[in-house]
Amino acid sequence: MTSGNRIQVRKTYKLYVGGAFPRSESGRSYVVEDAAGSFLANATHASRKDARDAVLAARKAFAGWSTRTPYNRGQVLYRVAEVLEGRRAQLVEEVGRSEGLDSASAAEAVDLSVDRLVWYAGWADKVAQVVGGTNPVAAPYVNFSLPEPTGVVAVLAPSRSSLLGLVSVLAPVVVTGCTVVVAASPARPVPAVTLAEVLATSDVPGGVVNLLTGPVADTAPTLASHLDVNALDLTGAAGDQALATELEQAAAGSLKRVLRPPATEQDWSDDPGLDRITAFLETKTVWHPVGL
Amino acid sequence: MTSTPPPRQGFDYAPAPESRSVVDIRSSYGLFVDGELVDPVGGRSFKTISPATEEVLAEVSEGSAEDVDLAVQAARRAFETVWSPMPGRERAKYLFRIARILQERSRELAVLETLDNGKPIKESRDVDVPLAAQWFFYYAGWADKLEHAGLGPAPRPLGVAGQVIPWNFPLLMLAWKVAPALACGNTVVLKPAETTPLTALLFAEICQQADLPPGVVNIVTGAGETGRALVSHPGIDKVAFTGSTEVGRSIARAVAGTTKKVTLELGGKAANIVFDDAPLDEAVEGIVHGIFFNQGHVCCAGSRLLVQESVAEEVLERLKRRMTTLRVGDPLDKNTDVGAINSAEQLARIRELSDVGEQEGAGRWSAPCELPAHGFWFPPTIFTGVSQAHRIAREEIFGPVLSVLTFRTPAEAVEKANNTPFGLSAGVWSDKGSRTLWAASRLRAGVVWANTFNKFDPASPFGGYKESGYGREGGRHGLEAYLR
Amino acid sequence: MSAGAVVSTASGLLPDLPGSDATLRRFLHGLPGVDQVGAEARAADLATRSIKTTAKAFAIDLAIRMVDLTTLEGADTPGKVRALSAKAMRPDPTDPTCPAAAAVCVYPDMVGIAKDALGGSGVHVASVATAFPSGRAALGVKLADTRDAVAAGADEIDMVIDRGAFLSGRYLQVFEEIVAVGEACRRADGSSAHLKVIFETGELQTYDNVRRVSWLAMLAGADFIKTSTGKVQPAATLPVTLVMLEAVRDYRAATGVTVGVKPAGGIRASKDALRYLVMVNEVAGPDWLDPDRFRFGASSLLNDLLMQRARLTSGRYSGPDYVTVD
Repeated sequence: MTSGNRIQVRKTYKLYVGGAFPRSESGRSYVVEDAAGSFLANATHASRKDARDAVLAARKAFAGWSTRTPYNRGQVLYRVAEVLEGRRAQLVEEVGRSEGLDSASAAEAVDLSVDRLVWYAGWADKVAQVVGGTNPVAAPYVNFSLPEPTGVVAVLAPSRSSLLGLVSVLAPVVVTGCTVVVAASPARPVPAVTLAEVLATSDVPGGVVNLLTGPVADTAPTLASHLDVNALDLTGAAGDQALATELEQAAAGSLKRVLRPPATEQDWSDDPGLDRITAFLETKTVWHPVGL
Repeated sequence: MTSTPPPRQGFDYAPAPESRSVVDIRSSYGLFVDGELVDPVGGRSFKTISPATEEVLAEVSEGSAEDVDLAVQAARRAFETVWSPMPGRERAKYLFRIARILQERSRELAVLETLDNGKPIKESRDVDVPLAAQWFFYYAGWADKLEHAGLGPAPRPLGVAGQVIPWNFPLLMLAWKVAPALACGNTVVLKPAETTPLTALLFAEICQQADLPPGVVNIVTGAGETGRALVSHPGIDKVAFTGSTEVGRSIARAVAGTTKKVTLELGGKAANIVFDDAPLDEAVEGIVHGIFFNQGHVCCAGSRLLVQESVAEEVLERLKRRMTTLRVGDPLDKNTDVGAINSAEQLARIRELSDVGEQEGAGRWSAPCELPAHGFWFPPTIFTGVSQAHRIAREEIFGPVLSVLTFRTPAEAVEKANNTPFGLSAGVWSDKGSRTLWAASRLRAGVVWANTFNKFDPASPFGGYKESGYGREGGRHGLEAYLR
Repeated sequence: MSAGAVVSTASGLLPDLPGSDATLRRFLHGLPGVDQVGAEARAADLATRSIKTTAKAFAIDLAIRMVDLTTLEGADTPGKVRALSAKAMRPDPTDPTCPAAAAVCVYPDMVGIAKDALGGSGVHVASVATAFPSGRAALGVKLADTRDAVAAGADEIDMVIDRGAFLSGRYLQVFEEIVAVGEACRRADGSSAHLKVIFETGELQTYDNVRRVSWLAMLAGADFIKTSTGKVQPAATLPVTLVMLEAVRDYRAATGVTVGVKPAGGIRASKDALRYLVMVNEVAGPDWLDPDRFRFGASSLLNDLLMQRARLTSGRYSGPDYVTVD
């Protein structure tokens, strides 16, 4: 059936907002090159309004996602890992071209991404037991503290690690019930769009993860200053102290929780620990009297 | 001219003033830097007064940027040479010592707090001071157990903490800040509020009594400028602030781009939700305690009463009757329930917002009470017929003023309760456990009090969602703010 | 007489409440609940009131006037009751300004002795009745017990409810028994001895039960509601009394009828009595600061009040040798 003469059907790389794949309302796109400098794709250049739409979608999805049972969220994340595994070959190629890795290294990055999702999926119904608990107060009350998702989180995805880095910042946020607007690596958005397609076919409700592509200069300040965004993960601003400072200052307007970037992008194969989960949790403490 | 008081009719409680003689207030105070009370570099000072009488209590030093710098240097030296190298079990013993001295000198601290702050002696005596001692006792016990706190196998202190505290619970907020910081091995530079510096200065003396190594605790008094100099000082590793959301925002902006760790405990506009199946008498107590405790100068005060329409009338009737028994007046009188507003400035703000409430058409009712002629006073007041659109339902008044709103269904109650940029606390009153838990799980607030209000304990994490700030104080969670 | 009729008489709020366990249950369980921790915290907070100087003098005299000086022993004799009566009329023989107690409280067979001793002094004779303290006797016996005491001259009857019936939900039985005892309090001239209804709150366990039984007794026509017999621990406590004071306050708001409250048992110190009076003042209101509306069931309390009184007038602390022992 196939032959060397067949004209390939190329993909349009679009945004992922509210469970759909819209183009930018601005109609703009930009050229994405692979690590060798060859044309890879035209990706969507998200605008401020796209960022706003993405926040709306994330807020709308928050009530439903945050009140799912943790078991269910864990299963959904595990499902993402399953579907991601099915796209392994495609992603190995995309990660390889985007990051300039040989196929063994690209495969390792993809495999680690799948494994990371599985690791985080398991935290869904355990983290409350690790970071919450009962508090022995000196009065006749039962008192307990539970973690709750902080709400809508805006994430600047790592610029270097296009898939493993992205999965490593997304999974810890959504696993607890937060919803996300993520700005993908501007230079390496192709694996991110593929991940969005994976999410769209993995029982992740629309709006839980919203993905913007394009230069962050347009979207990040909007997200950082948006009053209905509860937290900001600046991981993707690693190495750009001026941008990180500007965005943290903008986030101060509504007292967002801010996860500051490291000086340089980290090695994502390291053990992630709990910090990325707890950075976007609130602790709620409930008192109730004990009596007849 | 004096006249003979009329003979007592009925059971009219005679004055029962606590004696001031237990307190020895100096005429002037220096800054507590490196273990000594020293004169400020700039030589500037300000007066602290009793808000109940406007009497000047003492002259207090105004710390300049240079004073802050000296204090930070002292804290850094103490951190590097003494405090962080010290084994946790030894640090613990200093904190236990401080806890004991707070208990031993509790009466003195209570009277001083009441004089400087205006809060009733029964609250400083029964709440502020015992809780402050309990806080030190609690965190003392953590000092040698940090590796078991679930915050990593080898947690380390951050370094020097810059701490800025408010005037509503001066000694207690000091304890909330200083105890966990020291337990974790940090040293501190603390700035008390300008209207209530005296218990912090007495605490400096307690640090000396405890033989705490010099520089571990430094106290720099002053106003906003002093606080700004402290939080923006490049030599501190941590900022801990309790106060207004406005100042919290400016601190968050100021530390942007630095490596300073920050915790902010800011304002609130808490909903206190009364369902129709609530234990009504206790609910009324909870409403009263929620908004009139400490003159309503409480960030987590239950300033919005949300009462189910089917019992609204009955609850209001009971509430008003209860409010008529509140005793407003001399804070040193042991029978006083509501004391003085902390400052002229705060009184002006309460008056302004109350006037706005009236202009917006809400029904204003104050408990009948005779207010003293001198000092800063505001009667316990409620506004009825308030809607979410009113400013008095949205803005923090930070005074003894309650806005009363109604709701028809549990879903409406929760929706209204969450309809605010704040998220510090909330109250739920119901005798139905499942409904209480349902509401508690949906309220976007850091503390939910069910069938109680304004309860605090060092083992219980406290802190806000949204614009009420971030980070938790109290409990194991409170250690996280002072460790890396 | 049917319970329904009595209920509708007692309370215009409840015109159609028919007489059955189920309807009484619906009403009583529809009352707002009491949160134990909250109620006890409120009572503890009121107990921190500091009552000094003139207020203390006022309160001590008022407390003396509210004492039901009580002896309820198997070893009671006419001599003992006469002595107690003398003490009630003139608690401090050295001080004519010292007020008399409200009543002496005795077993029915001692009513006549007490009545003779007290004469026209104005000090009432209260008699326990209805198979006090357990209440475990047939209704006929309880009514005879009551009539006997009234006939002997009792001004007030302190009956006990059937706690077993209450705890097993037989509210109508409890209600009708109170109604019947109330009828037995009637004298030939048409007047009635005042009816105090003892709940034995120590056996009822919960504050919800205290609130419910208070309403049940008030609806059945109690003039006073009383905590305890003094024979069961715990007897009177501040939080139990708080709940009862809330009940009489709310009952008056609903019906216009004022019912009195009597904590009994375990109140020995003036300091405690003052705490109760603070609670009366702030919970029910100053209207209840009257021996017709508030009483202390006590024996040793009176002497402590007298010692405190002497201390206030003389400035010195008194001792047990300076007050009379009876």
